Amino acid sequence: MLKYALTRLLAAIPTLFVIVTAAFFLIRIAPGGPFNLDRPLEAKVMENLNRIYHLDAPLWQQYLSYLGNLLRGDFGPSFVYRDFSVAELFAAGLPISVQLGGSALVLALLAGTALGTLAALHHNKAADLGAVTVATLGITIPPFVVAPLLSLVFGVWLGWLPAGGWGNGALVNKILPIVTLALPQVAVVTRLTRAAMIEALASHPVRTARAYGLRWWTVVVVHALRSAILPVVSYAGPAAAALMTGSIVVETIFGVPGVGRYFVQAALNRDYTLVMGTVVVIACFVILFNLVVDLIYALIDPRVRYG
Amino acid sequence: MASGFLRILFAGMMLISGVFSARAEVVYHRGNDANPETLDQHKTSTIPEANILADLYEGLLVYDPAAKVSPGMAESWEMSSDGTVYTFHLRDAKWSNGDPVTAGDFVFSLRRIVDPATGAKYANILYPIKNAEAVNKGEMKPAELGVRALDDRTLEIALEQPTPYFLQLLTHQTGLPVHPASVEKYGSDFVRPENMVTNGAYTLTEFTPDDKVVLDKSPTYYDAANVRIDRVIYYPMEDRAACVRRFEAGEIDSCSELPTDQMATLREKFGDQVRTPPYLGTYYYAIRTDKPPFDDVRVRQALSLAIDRVYLAEEIWTDTMLPAYSLVPPGIANYGEPSYAAFKDEPMLDREDEAAALLKEAGFGPDKPLKVEISYNTSENHKNTAVAIADMWKAIGVETSLLNRDGASHYAYLRDKGDFDVARAGWIADYADAQNFLFLVQSDNPGFNYANYDNPDYDALMHKAAAEQDPEKRSAILHEAEAMFMRDVPYIPLMYYSSHSLVSPKLTGWVDNIQNKHLTRYMTKEE
Amino acid sequence: MSLSRLSGTAARRPVAGRSLTADAMRRLKANRAAMASLVFLIAMALVCAVGPHLTGHAYDEVYQSYVRVPASLTPYPREAQVGPEMEKALARARVDLGTVAVVNGTASVEVVSPRRPLDPRITRYVDRSDLFANARLTDMSPDGHVGRIVADVRQVRFLFGTDLAGRDLLTRTLMAGRISLTIGLLATLVAVLIGVTWGATAGYLGGAADAVMMRVVDVLYALPFVFFVILLVVFFGRNFVLVFLAVGAVEWLDMARIVRGQTLSLKRREFVEAAEAMGVAGGGILRRHIVPNLAGPVVVYMTLLVPKVILLESFLSFLGLGVQEPMTSWGVLIAEGARSIEAMPGLLLFPAAFLTSTLFALNFLGDGLRDALDPKER
Repeated sequence: MLKYALTRLLAAIPTLFVIVTAAFFLIRIAPGGPFNLDRPLEAKVMENLNRIYHLDAPLWQQYLSYLGNLLRGDFGPSFVYRDFSVAELFAAGLPISVQLGGSALVLALLAGTALGTLAALHHNKAADLGAVTVATLGITIPPFVVAPLLSLVFGVWLGWLPAGGWGNGALVNKILPIVTLALPQVAVVTRLTRAAMIEALASHPVRTARAYGLRWWTVVVVHALRSAILPVVSYAGPAAAALMTGSIVVETIFGVPGVGRYFVQAALNRDYTLVMGTVVVIACFVILFNLVVDLIYALIDPRVRYG
Repeated sequence: MASGFLRILFAGMMLISGVFSARAEVVYHRGNDANPETLDQHKTSTIPEANILADLYEGLLVYDPAAKVSPGMAESWEMSSDGTVYTFHLRDAKWSNGDPVTAGDFVFSLRRIVDPATGAKYANILYPIKNAEAVNKGEMKPAELGVRALDDRTLEIALEQPTPYFLQLLTHQTGLPVHPASVEKYGSDFVRPENMVTNGAYTLTEFTPDDKVVLDKSPTYYDAANVRIDRVIYYPMEDRAACVRRFEAGEIDSCSELPTDQMATLREKFGDQVRTPPYLGTYYYAIRTDKPPFDDVRVRQALSLAIDRVYLAEEIWTDTMLPAYSLVPPGIANYGEPSYAAFKDEPMLDREDEAAALLKEAGFGPDKPLKVEISYNTSENHKNTAVAIADMWKAIGVETSLLNRDGASHYAYLRDKGDFDVARAGWIADYADAQNFLFLVQSDNPGFNYANYDNPDYDALMHKAAAEQDPEKRSAILHEAEAMFMRDVPYIPLMYYSSHSLVSPKLTGWVDNIQNKHLTRYMTKEE
Repeated sequence: MSLSRLSGTAARRPVAGRSLTADAMRRLKANRAAMASLVFLIAMALVCAVGPHLTGHAYDEVYQSYVRVPASLTPYPREAQVGPEMEKALARARVDLGTVAVVNGTASVEVVSPRRPLDPRITRYVDRSDLFANARLTDMSPDGHVGRIVADVRQVRFLFGTDLAGRDLLTRTLMAGRISLTIGLLATLVAVLIGVTWGATAGYLGGAADAVMMRVVDVLYALPFVFFVILLVVFFGRNFVLVFLAVGAVEWLDMARIVRGQTLSLKRREFVEAAEAMGVAGGGILRRHIVPNLAGPVVVYMTLLVPKVILLESFLSFLGLGVQEPMTSWGVLIAEGARSIEAMPGLLLFPAAFLTSTLFALNFLGDGLRDALDPKER
């Protein structure tokens, strides 16, 4: 198992290399550059800027020097956030995004498996319908509607929670962003759990276990849920990577200083180095969580073995 | 255990002393348009940065509460008789570390901004200073810049030629001084809170990107006795609606930009806390003047004639904009009323008939309709504006299609002279002078001249105005240039901007002004 | 269990009329919620396809006089609107007005032009208003300074009200439905097709092939989606079909991972091992054993993917890379409506109701299909 994990991590290096290379050249093909703002720059000024950031060098040279810097762990300066380096921006924002995304994921997994199990146990009954309705609503209403609504209701009308702002990471400031992030995930997890659970409850091992007279609770949790959780685990890997790298909607609406906005804004601003930074960070998260998923798979489902 | 107890006791005492002290710390929670990209006054380019920097630093000249130019670090100044040399006499002021503010600091700062190695986005604004352009282009050394310190308190700035708007220009954030010793010691890191030394009413305490910028009152500021707000926290508010919610929840005292498509609701809810004074900016459509059929001036005139600006301003922008019939907005002191389009007071019907006739003359008709594509950058109101204009053009037989792009693509496309027909753009003046609008379409200004307007007569007028020292005569020449612009229609001016702010009644000293400049040091806040 | 089922499949194969599909159809028909959803979805598709022609408004027609009017069953204009609108229309004509009278759907008003004679063209101002039609100038005084404007009052209905630009929301919602449904279905189909093939193949082949194929997925995962789409748009121009391709091409990744996970687990099951032992070729096993067993999770995921795709499309449009004005989609309408939630909840509620009901129906249909396709219940 450990050997397998190490092999996978080693195999990730060429993957990363391909990602970095592809992203580097793809970005440069897009129209516009980091200094195309709504207030156009004087040609000479633009030239000075391009020279300072070595954007006037041939592309392959820029690529090589970027790779070289990357190997030394230097992500370069941000073209738009000019007082900060890309590494500094991530050092500040990533922990916040990871924390929010992680909390949202845990919340979604707990609520989703509970709702899904409930629905499956009462298949085609009122509780099932209720759970499915809640789940569907969660995925139907997009975050850019949910977030302002939550802020309006709990922040402005009821005044229970801050309407926005990060407040140096106080718990009350985190509640609404976490809930907004978790809602669509709850929906997916519920539906995946429900579907797999219905199947598992009807399967032979579970029926056999019940026939043996094992306690209902044991049967549900140990046998049915264990095999029903597989699709959820499959889903949770990529979802975790996506959640922990932040969400632009939640961050701009609640004023959270995470890294989610970089992914979109850096691309739209053509902040080349910051885009590359987000690509590398997201790639690492994806690779890591995919590995984790595969390992968990092996733990839960003994039929899957890794040499 | 004991130390923990002491700490609690201490904290409790602090709390009590805070409650009972004569005046609790006054904190102003200030919504800003966006996250500042940099706090280096020489690298800055955006309005949210200008807002913060104006609190941190003070230039030779500053805006007073009504945005009139008034003495800042310079107590007084005089201009040479030929208008090319200014001499400034500095007041006795200190940096936040106690150093005196000297004329040498300004020499250092101006040299730094035009130095190509700094990469200042706004360096070109200072090109009127002698040799500035050559230095910025790398043809001369920064030391050759026409700026020198006659003594510690006297600064002399020589200009390339008389520049009537030069004093206005110095109020721009690019004219703010840096603390030379810090820049030399920390390089580009001098902007870090722990390194930054300022000469304005506030010092930098914290800068967390996309979260907040915290400024605290500077005890060394010369007018510190009159600074009432102890701490100002700037919050980046890209989401206008979020700012309104936080304002309503009492978390924020002012918003610097509002969701304009919700104006009616906001006015109903907040009454006169909503401020929408005129702003020095024009919202316009640029036309490619070098591309058939838009190279035909009749086509451009027809398109301009048929647009009902009153409807755009009142219905689409719900009175947050003013109908525009000129490129230069009214309200510039040394310019007066701009040269309005001839059709300004004509009834819409006549204008439409005229437009239809012009199109017919140009060879368009029902069997050969004019086809126009409007490009705009993504935004709810830009979209609604384009939809409304397409509808107005339909009345004169023009077939319009719409195309929106993200901001970066849109502006790159305009700049690189992409194959657009008509494109949305806007211009907010850097300083209050008509030249700052009319230079947009000079043929030697490729970056700004989206229309590719190339009229030697126009350029000649602009150059003549630049050389003219007499303010009256200069204004007349600029008016002539603007009249020519309005006849040739390289841009269709649609609306003059208003600024849109939400200001809590707790805040006093926020004076509506055409520059939308509101220095925190002029304000007070009641708890 | 597996052996008996295998032999069952083998035994049934020659018998006509009990094919896998027919079986599934029979079970699906027995599921009332699923059938009702199916009917609803077909009805929704029909309404969106035909509806825009029946509302009496073009989806891009701007009613300048009716910007942001609320939803209403009774036709506009309201009685109180007629007078002021007539005054507003004629204000541009610079004439003095008497009192506006409305009788039997005809509005009339006396007009006086003190300085110059009345310009007969001023009727155009009245006709230009969305409230009036067929305006005429009558009862002219001999000197031409006094006359009477008479115009028919046009009745229009905005069942859902109008949007911020003054367009009929009902028509726009239906038009949006066309786009959203097409995008949702096409992109999902693309995603599922690629995802299932890729994931099942990788999972079944295992070993080096699996590793390589999943690394490809990882690489694509980590590429910034926004950039990917910006590039597509730049290279191929703005094209509606591209949005499907882009979205479908990105969304198959999740599908592939889920399918691969399931396949990994399935291929260790007894019935697959048995089939292998009996010498069935790899392709046959994939087709006959793996893919049918995947139908459950795949269908469920599909019903999740359609809403995701529809919402993703609105994000793209927000960035200026999706549907171009005056075309629209549910996602775009909801995003616009969310901004006006306090002032005009209708702008959010109507499109949201259409989207939500469609997604609910998709879910129930998805569940029904899952049950129907489950090989274990055969």
